[in-house]
Amino acid sequence: MEETKPTSTADKISTYLVTIIMIVLALSIVALLWSVMAFSAGQVEYAGFLLIVGFMAMALSVYMLFQSKRRVSNLKIDTPKTMTTVECKKCGIKTVREFQRGDYVYKELEKCQKCDDKMLVTAIYREVKEKEKVYNV
Amino acid sequence: MAFLATGGDIISQIIYAASMMLFVVFMFYGQRIQMYVMIREVEASLYKLKFIKEEGRKIAIETLKEIGKPTVDPSARVDRFLEYFTISPQSMDPAGIVYKLDHILDVRDTRLKDEVKLMAPASDEIQVNNLENTLEAAMALTYIYKVVRHYYIQGKKTLSLYTIMQLQMILPLVMKEAEAYASALKAFAYGQPIGDGAGPLVAAKLMYGYENRKVPKDCVVATVPIEGRTALIIKAEGPGGNVGKPGDAVQTVIEENEGKIANVIMIDAGLKLEGEIVGEISDGIGAAIGGPGVDQYKIEESIAKYQIPINAVIVKEDIGDAVSPMRKEISDSIDKVIERVKNVILERTKEGDKIIIVGVGNTIGIGQ
Repeated sequence: MEETKPTSTADKISTYLVTIIMIVLALSIVALLWSVMAFSAGQVEYAGFLLIVGFMAMALSVYMLFQSKRRVSNLKIDTPKTMTTVECKKCGIKTVREFQRGDYVYKELEKCQKCDDKMLVTAIYREVKEKEKVYNV
Repeated sequence: MAFLATGGDIISQIIYAASMMLFVVFMFYGQRIQMYVMIREVEASLYKLKFIKEEGRKIAIETLKEIGKPTVDPSARVDRFLEYFTISPQSMDPAGIVYKLDHILDVRDTRLKDEVKLMAPASDEIQVNNLENTLEAAMALTYIYKVVRHYYIQGKKTLSLYTIMQLQMILPLVMKEAEAYASALKAFAYGQPIGDGAGPLVAAKLMYGYENRKVPKDCVVATVPIEGRTALIIKAEGPGGNVGKPGDAVQTVIEENEGKIANVIMIDAGLKLEGEIVGEISDGIGAAIGGPGVDQYKIEESIAKYQIPINAVIVKEDIGDAVSPMRKEISDSIDKVIERVKNVILERTKEGDKIIIVGVGNTIGIGQ
């Protein structure tokens, strides 16, 4: 089973937001350039101020860009891998394979390779990988 | 570059003016800014809900086309299905309301099944049940989206901080439920067991290898010897998505045995509280069954008539686990549930007694 991909409309980040981010990014670059020019003109205090403003604006715009990208990537339905346990009740052979459409618990399958008894679906489950956060209270 | 020479003074003046302006702005528009932040949060969740709802519709249509092989495109019919509503009976005079509600639910069930049969003519009984469950999950997602959108638009229209605030406060829970239904969609479409199937899974394990017969409505019963007692094990008929009507089934079995039942033990999935572990088992007293209450009422009525004691064993899980494919922890807990049930039988009944064991829940992906 595949993971559902976001639709084309959901894939887009708002152009309005991107424009604002780009403007802030451009202004931050200008501020950084000015700070270099101010430093060469001997205005150390002013250069320092522009440097801080420039870096802050740049960090903010990059953060905003990543945030909006993350929001878009969150738009998907996760379908966890589901497993099927197949067992032979007579000789005890147990295999775990990926779920196939039509499987159900207590469905009789083909004959066992060791004995002639029929194999049986005994469990269908999904495993949750991430552990739940434990609160020591 | 002349301005650079006096830059320092101008900058401090600008910063001072800006901070004063910010102070004034926050004093007058602070609440409004807070509201806009909340609106944006709600908006982001609403977009996600819209995406989930559309995916739900898409999955439902694709599954219908794949399984049901319809001759015409079922999209329009699916859209109509997603808008279905059920009006509960009038409760001004509550006498007899349970049977009125029971009738309404029966009519609803028949109507939905008939609709699915029309949309998917090539599907068998099991597939009809699974498709109905898939469509019901899509229906729940559509409803959640519409309600959240309603309050969002209302809050935006009236610029009411309290409408938006209430919506924003319950949104994490709403999103959790919507995500649970979204993962349920695939489980229903593929016919995988869900967390709510813990009860039927226990019943299936107990009755496997024994002959079973159908009892009303949509349930099966098998007679199984356990610890020197005769257990009448009831579950919804699987492996299609079906909860059956355990209330009717228990009533029928009790009447068939003229009330000579020593104990009724119900097994169901129970909602866990935060901090509790998924798959944890707990036992107690009472009819362990959810839903609109009709089945609980019928079971309680039957056991009260013959003074039959009732015990319950629950497997703990949260709402997300209950409607999504069954977690390994829940599947692994089944043997422990059987042990607990056997303990109850040994402690609460005598050898030779007749008991009823009911596995309550959706039996999708679980045979017998």
